[in-house]
Amino acid sequence: MAEIQLKSLAHSYSDSPTGPDDYAIRQLDHVWHKGGAYALLGPSGCGKSTMLNIISGLIQPSEGEVLFDGKRVNELSPRDRNIAQVFQFPVIYDSMTVYENLAFPLKNNKVPADRIKTRVQEIAEVLEIEDKLHKKAKNLTADEKQKVSMGRGLVREDVSAILFDEPLTVIDPQLKWKLRRKLKQIHEQFDITMVYVTHDQLEASTFADKIAVMYGGQVVQFGTPTELFEAPNHTFVGYFIGSPGMNLVEVERCAGGVCFDSTVVPLEPWQADLLERMTSTNVKIGIRPEFIEVSAISSDDTYESEVLDVEDLGTYKIVTVRLANQEMKVRQNEEFEADLGSQIHLSFPKQWLMLYVDEFLIQEQQR
Amino acid sequence: MNKISDNRAWWLVLPVFLLVAFSALIPLMTVVNYSVQDIFGPGQAFFVGTEWFKSILADQRLQDSLIRQFVFSGFVLLIQIPLGIGVALMMPKSGIKGSLCLILIAIPLLIPWNVVGTIWQIFARGDIGLFGWGINQLGIDYNYTGDTLDAWLTVLLMDVWHWTPLVALLCYSGLRAIPEAFYQAAEIDRASKWAVFRYIQLPRLKSVLIIAVLLRFMDSFMIYIEPFVLTGGGPGSSTTFLSQTLTTMAIGQFDLGRAAAFSLIYFLIVLLISWLFFTAITQADKEK
Repeated sequence: MAEIQLKSLAHSYSDSPTGPDDYAIRQLDHVWHKGGAYALLGPSGCGKSTMLNIISGLIQPSEGEVLFDGKRVNELSPRDRNIAQVFQFPVIYDSMTVYENLAFPLKNNKVPADRIKTRVQEIAEVLEIEDKLHKKAKNLTADEKQKVSMGRGLVREDVSAILFDEPLTVIDPQLKWKLRRKLKQIHEQFDITMVYVTHDQLEASTFADKIAVMYGGQVVQFGTPTELFEAPNHTFVGYFIGSPGMNLVEVERCAGGVCFDSTVVPLEPWQADLLERMTSTNVKIGIRPEFIEVSAISSDDTYESEVLDVEDLGTYKIVTVRLANQEMKVRQNEEFEADLGSQIHLSFPKQWLMLYVDEFLIQEQQR
Repeated sequence: MNKISDNRAWWLVLPVFLLVAFSALIPLMTVVNYSVQDIFGPGQAFFVGTEWFKSILADQRLQDSLIRQFVFSGFVLLIQIPLGIGVALMMPKSGIKGSLCLILIAIPLLIPWNVVGTIWQIFARGDIGLFGWGINQLGIDYNYTGDTLDAWLTVLLMDVWHWTPLVALLCYSGLRAIPEAFYQAAEIDRASKWAVFRYIQLPRLKSVLIIAVLLRFMDSFMIYIEPFVLTGGGPGSSTTFLSQTLTTMAIGQFDLGRAAAFSLIYFLIVLLISWLFFTAITQADKEK
């Protein structure tokens, strides 16, 4: 088990990168603490898998350092880093039985035979493949194969960390949920550092204590699921986490706060204060659909808007409204009723109104 | 559903039937025809039954030649298959170096058989051949025209030089077809080089190795031109293999009946051994 630190890491797949676009990972500093269960969340092509392969040593980073417990491991092979990794698609040794597959990493580590036996049995039980142990691995179904692949990652007890690269892609939905719980249990039981790469926010939040969101080769936020939800540090996090994502509106500075389409939105004094000191014109406000309040009557701090659509999602409703020329989504409970085209009054509670300059959140501590 | 029965549909099989007849059955029947008759000329044929076969099977010359043939093919497989795999493993995986290697390795395959024989006949000579001269200079008495062991070693070496590239190329293509993820997983699982070979590369080379073993067995079992040019079957008859014996019988002695019977037996041996190899390899991991 180890703490994994990435220091001003950058990686480009091209031999002579010319601009930031050539980089899969750009100037990244990050620490995975010992014994944590982490998720690495981001859209396809954001550099998640690259980061994982750099941690495991399958890829040498072009710049920066990888530290395990403070020691530089850039030059070490995956073998010497003693790390386990589970890949997106099943990799099994098809001339071996399931048992031999699971025992393989232990044998390579010269684990005593009786320990191998108990350990393989343990893992097979957790993954519910103990009845298949003596079958040839190549005759298994795709999800059984992936379970064997995962089993090989989990079977070693002394690893620095276990890395999962979207391991449940080929597994069917019901089993997915179960396996994720299993992984979580294994984590609680053995306390191994685990990093789980996924593009599914639900998968990330059910598995991990803390989630790192990656976007454009950078970690834009590292926090608990609640933090990511309540205070997205970057407009991308706001957009990517939550369903539907955060309402983001481009605004301009104006008297009394910020405005869009001649609608004025007042800011907290500290927000206005910080905004004044910045020169960028890329300013956005963001508010989650869940935090917008709706009332039937108009008052000083409400904005009149038109109902465009109401989607009933069973346990709640998503209302699409037009405020001036901006479309917004509002989440309401089942009881909400409104005719299409009717007017409703929205208010943005101050503590949930986020201000973004150059896509990053303006926070009170910055003052 | 009603099954429509129309016997005219059998005509549709005719093209295939004709093709097989002309390509295999009719030529083969000619040989069968000769093998059971004693033919002196047109209209002068006598049915002799299995007599030719009996005389062939009892022929000491042929028995010796058959044993030599098995020993030769055995050595060819034992040397060329592992060597070919080894060469393929050492070749660069891609890029200009890889392409260069492929071309260099493939060159012996492009040389006609009798030219190969001629090359080695000169190359291995003690007086003007670089190889033979070099060996003699090292103080080793080497003379492939006079010494049985030297002749054998030279024939084997020539065949290894000529045909190992084929095995290497087949294995190389097999190795290139293994996805990178397998090597990555093995690296993560801390597998040794040997384990990577034993559990990833070798199992995935199986299908190309079946082809390589069959091709090398059949070709080496039917080898004719190269040893014929190199040693002429000598010294004595120490490097006279089956097809040379057959040719001598059929053309040299014009002993057509015996030669035909011999051809059939020869054909059956090749068929049988190839089938044995194929089933042995494919059945090996069918259980479970």
